[in-house]
Amino acid sequence: AVLKKRLVKLVVNFLFYFRTDEAEPIGALLLEHCRITKEEENVFSISFIEEPERKYCFECATEEQCQEWVEALKRASYEFLRRSLIFYRNEIQKMTGKDPLEQYGISEEARFQLGAPRQ
Amino acid sequence: MKLNERSVAHYATCDSPADHAGFLRKRVERHHHHAHHLGTSYQRRWFVLKGNLLFYFEERESREPVGLVVLEGCTVELCEAAEEFAFAIRFDDAGARAYVLVADGQAAMEAWVKALSRASFDYMRLVVRELEKQLEEACKSLAACRKSPRRSSSSGRKRHLSNPALLPLQEKPTTLENGYSTWGSGGCVASGATCSDYDGGQVKPPPLPPRRRSAAGNATGSPVPGLSPAMLESPVSPETICFSKLHNWYGQEIAVLRREWQERQKRGHP
Repeated sequence: AVLKKRLVKLVVNFLFYFRTDEAEPIGALLLEHCRITKEEENVFSISFIEEPERKYCFECATEEQCQEWVEALKRASYEFLRRSLIFYRNEIQKMTGKDPLEQYGISEEARFQLGAPRQ
Repeated sequence: MKLNERSVAHYATCDSPADHAGFLRKRVERHHHHAHHLGTSYQRRWFVLKGNLLFYFEERESREPVGLVVLEGCTVELCEAAEEFAFAIRFDDAGARAYVLVADGQAAMEAWVKALSRASFDYMRLVVRELEKQLEEACKSLAACRKSPRRSSSSGRKRHLSNPALLPLQEKPTTLENGYSTWGSGGCVASGATCSDYDGGQVKPPPLPPRRRSAAGNATGSPVPGLSPAMLESPVSPETICFSKLHNWYGQEIAVLRREWQERQKRGHP
C-alpha cells in the first residue's frame, strides 16, 4: 500500500482529508460505528463495523501525535457524546438527586434515557 | 469529494434507534436556469434523524438513503411557504442551499423543528461539557462535606459519611465499536478543599449555539463528485451537501464559538 501525504482535519464527527496544498478536501470519513486501532509505531487505523477488515491507515510524524489522534478520534462520534451525556446525567442525579437536563428542557427526550438501547 | 458512503448508508439503515423519523414533503430545488415558472413541487420522502445527520429515503423500506443533510451550522425555522406546516433548514453559509420541508400536521411540524434544532454535534458538546463541570463540582462539594468535622448531633444518630456516590467513578458505559470511554476527571478525589461555590442546580445552562454570522465571500456551492448515483435525486441537480463549505467555514467557527463560551464562563455568566 502506498502512503500519500495528506492534511487531515477533524470537524465534529467527520474526518476530512486534503492534498497538502489545496483548500478543498478530497474526501471525508463519517466517524460513526467505527473502530480506532493503534497499529505499529506512529500508525493508527480506522475501520467500520460493516467492513472490519478494511482499514484506513494513517501514519503520523511522531508516536505522541499518533496517540493524540487516537484519543481524539475515539471521542469524535456523536454516539460517544450521547453516551457521555447519559453517563454524566446519571452520575449527577445519583449524587445530587437532581436531573441536570431539566434546566435545558430536554430531560424527557428518548435519546437521553438511560435504558435506551444504543449502538 | 469522496465519502465512506457504504459506512454512511449502513449507519443510516442499521437498527440503532433513530432520534426522529417520519414522512415529510421536501421542496424540489431547481437550478435557476431551470426554474422559469415551473412552479414549486414537493416530493414525499421518508426522513430519519440520527445524531446530527438527517437522512432521507425514497421509501420507508428503501435500503439506501438518497440524501443526507449534515445539521451543523444551520438554523431550523418555520417558514412562510404557500404550504401549511412548512419549515426550513437554512445554513449561514450563503452559498449552501436551504431545505424546505412540509409536515403532515402541526404536532408533527413542531416535533421535527424541536428535534432538528437540538441535533447538532456542537449543541451536544456544549451540554456534555457543562455536565462534566457540574459533576466535578458535585464531587468536590460532597468530598469537602465528607471531610468536614462532625457536628454534634442532638439525636446522637450516627452520621454516615460513606456515601456510595463518592466511590470512584469506575462504571463506564459498555465499550462499543467506537466507544472507548475514559472519563477525564478520573473520579472523585477527596481533596480536603473547602466547598466550592456550587449551589446545587443553580448553574445556568450553556447558551444554545448563537445564530451564526454569515461567512464572508464564499463561492457558490459546487456539486460534490464522487457520490454514487444512488445517493443523488437526479443527475442534473444533485441534492448533496458541499462538505468543502461545511469544513472551510465550520472549522473556524467552532474555535470562535468555544473561545467565546469560555470567556463568558470566566466572566461568570455561564
